[in-house]
Amino acid sequence: MSESIVSLIDVEKRFGSNLVVRKMSLEIQRGEFLTLLGPSGCGKTTTLRMIAGFEDATSGIIKVQGEQVEDKEPYQRDVNTVFQNYSLFPHMTVYDNVAYGLTIKKVPKEEIRRRVTEMLALVQLAGYDKRKPDALSGGQKQRVAIARALINNPKVLLLDEPLGALDLKLRKQMQIELKRLQKKLGITFVYVTHDQEEALTMSDRIAVMNAGILEQVGTPMEIYQYPKTRFVAGFIGESNLFDGTVKAVEGNLIQVETSAGLLTTCGQGFQPGEEMHVSIRPEHLEISREPAEGFALPGKIKDFTYMGTMVKTALDMADGSELKFSRFEHDSRLREGDPVYVFWRPEKSVPIKKSAT
Amino acid sequence: MSKRKSDSSTGRHRRRLPALATAGPVSVWMILFVTLPMLFIIYISFMSRGVFGDVVYTFSLNSYHTLLDSTYFKVISKSLEAALLTTVLCLALGYPFAYYIARKPPETASKLIMLIMIPFWTNSLMRLNSWLLLFQTSGPVNAFLQWTGITDHPVTFIYTDALVILGLITNMLPFAVLPLYSSIEKLENSLLEASSDLGATPGQTFLRVTLPLTFPGIFSAIILVFIPSLGIYTVSDILGGGKVLYIGNIIRNQFGSIRNWPLGAALSVLLLVITGLLIFIYTRFAKIEDMEVV
Ligand SMILES: Nc1ncnc2c1ncn2[C@@H]1O[C@H](COP(=O)(O)OP(=O)(O)OP(=O)(O)O)[C@@H](O)[C@H]1O
Ligand SMILES: [Mg+2]
Repeated sequence: MSESIVSLIDVEKRFGSNLVVRKMSLEIQRGEFLTLLGPSGCGKTTTLRMIAGFEDATSGIIKVQGEQVEDKEPYQRDVNTVFQNYSLFPHMTVYDNVAYGLTIKKVPKEEIRRRVTEMLALVQLAGYDKRKPDALSGGQKQRVAIARALINNPKVLLLDEPLGALDLKLRKQMQIELKRLQKKLGITFVYVTHDQEEALTMSDRIAVMNAGILEQVGTPMEIYQYPKTRFVAGFIGESNLFDGTVKAVEGNLIQVETSAGLLTTCGQGFQPGEEMHVSIRPEHLEISREPAEGFALPGKIKDFTYMGTMVKTALDMADGSELKFSRFEHDSRLREGDPVYVFWRPEKSVPIKKSAT
Repeated sequence: MSKRKSDSSTGRHRRRLPALATAGPVSVWMILFVTLPMLFIIYISFMSRGVFGDVVYTFSLNSYHTLLDSTYFKVISKSLEAALLTTVLCLALGYPFAYYIARKPPETASKLIMLIMIPFWTNSLMRLNSWLLLFQTSGPVNAFLQWTGITDHPVTFIYTDALVILGLITNMLPFAVLPLYSSIEKLENSLLEASSDLGATPGQTFLRVTLPLTFPGIFSAIILVFIPSLGIYTVSDILGGGKVLYIGNIIRNQFGSIRNWPLGAALSVLLLVITGLLIFIYTRFAKIEDMEVV
């Protein structure tokens, strides 16, 4: 079992009457790439700032390497931060920026020179040492910010949307570079983003947050395939969501009554009469002219959207909701306005417990 | 490519027109009310004094010779000292105060700024004279000191150098606080956080980040405090009761009661030179700052 390097235990943060982080518990393992993912304003930055020490938790415990850090100032904590706006010191050269942490620690000049040179080479900025931050592009500033943090050999590196300000191409490139750096150095990364694709491609584990609540923690695959909450199912990738009540349970199969009609899903631990949600990805949806067994979901084809390799079909359901259906090939027998019945293989859908909140 | 080029050239064109339009009246004003009087002062300083205190328009270096006289030299160096001391103390008091204000939310900050501006809306002669009342031997300050037992007999405050300096400081403090405030306020909090994150204690952060990044404000404060404190004579006049003489008092006296205009003019020229030198240094620094900080 791997040990955790950062532990959050029932951490809460309140700004005035505004509860921004609620009862958050999270174990971050040594050497992993953990991403905090969630919509804007859900408390990602606040969580990161509590780990760094810029904000005090209103209640709860934060440990770094098993040691409680509530009473430690940021400069006493063995973590470093890459800020969203880089926050490079404008009056210092790239060299002095990167050397800052070592200079503060009074490391001998020779060693500083050696390590800064090494670090700049690592982030592919050799030869830029005399530039001022103003004379750098966004991507270069980004790399200086990363070098400035990494040179201190932190136990944990906190990154707050470090690629947010970059254009798509540079962002993709930096994602690969960052991931490469993280693997090479074996440093724990706690990475904040609201870009789910970025989270899915880079992370070992993703912690999905919504409105201050930690909804689910898991590998990208777990999060994508087995969302545990309605929010996660809707937030990660495209998904069709149903809210309903369990009508009957037969072994693994659960029949659910929803406003769009009857459907069947597959799972355990659900009782008849219980409210629940069902999530099904557009690519797993199937349609036919006749209702399938265990399903009564009548609808009408609304329109088609061609997306390069995919054809997306929108379906109007009886209750006015819309379902998304996607295939690589367009079925030429289908026409807009055609009445259809929706179904799927029950094991392709994900049953989700109705959460307390 | 070519499109961008034409854009920038029209941009420059657009900027040039109003510049000319506004520079015209301003330069007329400057020539009429600043340059001409200044040239006149310089001119007078090279003339001689008549027997009855009139200006005799014959060339002479007499006034400048007099300046080298040790009494004047003493007054000048004493004025420089006082101005320097005022500047240093204004910075030392003003910086923490400006820092405190700048870290407050904007509404509170503007209230606090207002607070330090209030004295400026009262007449300065009235303000200074009320100081005399406060600090005189039978005044409330002495009463308080004796009541607390800090002294058993009244302390002479009025007409001392110390009180004049104190007066200068209170007079000049806002000129230090305002530019300091505006440069500290621009300082991004995330830079201070970054410094702390990288292991710097608050003291190290102040020396390595806050101070260098607020240099422009410090320079402006120095200029704005030092130059007026060098020339101002009302403070030393009233709080010094004519016993504390600074260059400003001497100039005033030469143009006034003593009626030696050429000497007064020569002293003014000296002030101009000192001021000009400072402004020259300032603009040099400002340029470096522009390159390094902005
Ligand atoms: N200093 C503060 N004072 C009061 N409220 C704050 C403060 N900082 C953050 N908040 C509030 O806390 C909530 C969470 O903010 P936070 O910055 O953690 O969000 P985030 O998940 O990082 O969002 P984004 O993706 O937009 O950066 C927001 O509603 C925000 O308005
Ligand atoms: Mg944020």
